[in-house]
Amino acid sequence: MHLARVIGKVVATQKHEALEGIKLLMIQPVNHNLKPKSAPIVAVDNMQSGEGDLVAYVTGREGSLMLEENFTPVDAGIVAIVDSVNTEVAP
Amino acid sequence: MKLARVLGNIQATVKHEVYTGYRIMTVQPLDENLHPEGESHLAVDFAQSGPGDIVLVAVEGNASRQLFMNDQAPVHAVIEGVVDHVERGE
Repeated sequence: MHLARVIGKVVATQKHEALEGIKLLMIQPVNHNLKPKSAPIVAVDNMQSGEGDLVAYVTGREGSLMLEENFTPVDAGIVAIVDSVNTEVAP
Repeated sequence: MKLARVLGNIQATVKHEVYTGYRIMTVQPLDENLHPEGESHLAVDFAQSGPGDIVLVAVEGNASRQLFMNDQAPVHAVIEGVVDHVERGE
């Protein structure tokens, strides 16, 4: 599970039918200091998050488990909109 | 499973229902000498850990779903224990 900043949305008209109606967002993974930590990825969203939001996402098989039909071929999904990150100890 | 240090936590009002009542921590993975290695990430706490603690983290979906006792929980990283010390041979 990781933090990420929503940086855009992805529109794909021609796609596998399992992805119909699913919202796709471009997200930039960040560390606890909100600094980018790897290349941006595409994640599914049903938390109504939007561009600029800080979110938490899960990867792998669990990436689809927040969808209504969760036997869906996706590998990253947003599970929370983050209000604040409280860092009390430096790494 | 990996060793990591707990840095703090996050607050999220809007979240998937399975996370309600659980603490989501920020953790920094450590190498065998307990030095930071790689980038920090998130993990759900099942060990009453706190900032500064060295913890055992499983980054894997099935382990996470077992701890939630919910095979549909969208969770992929969990804190499973607080480490007292690490012994190493020469």
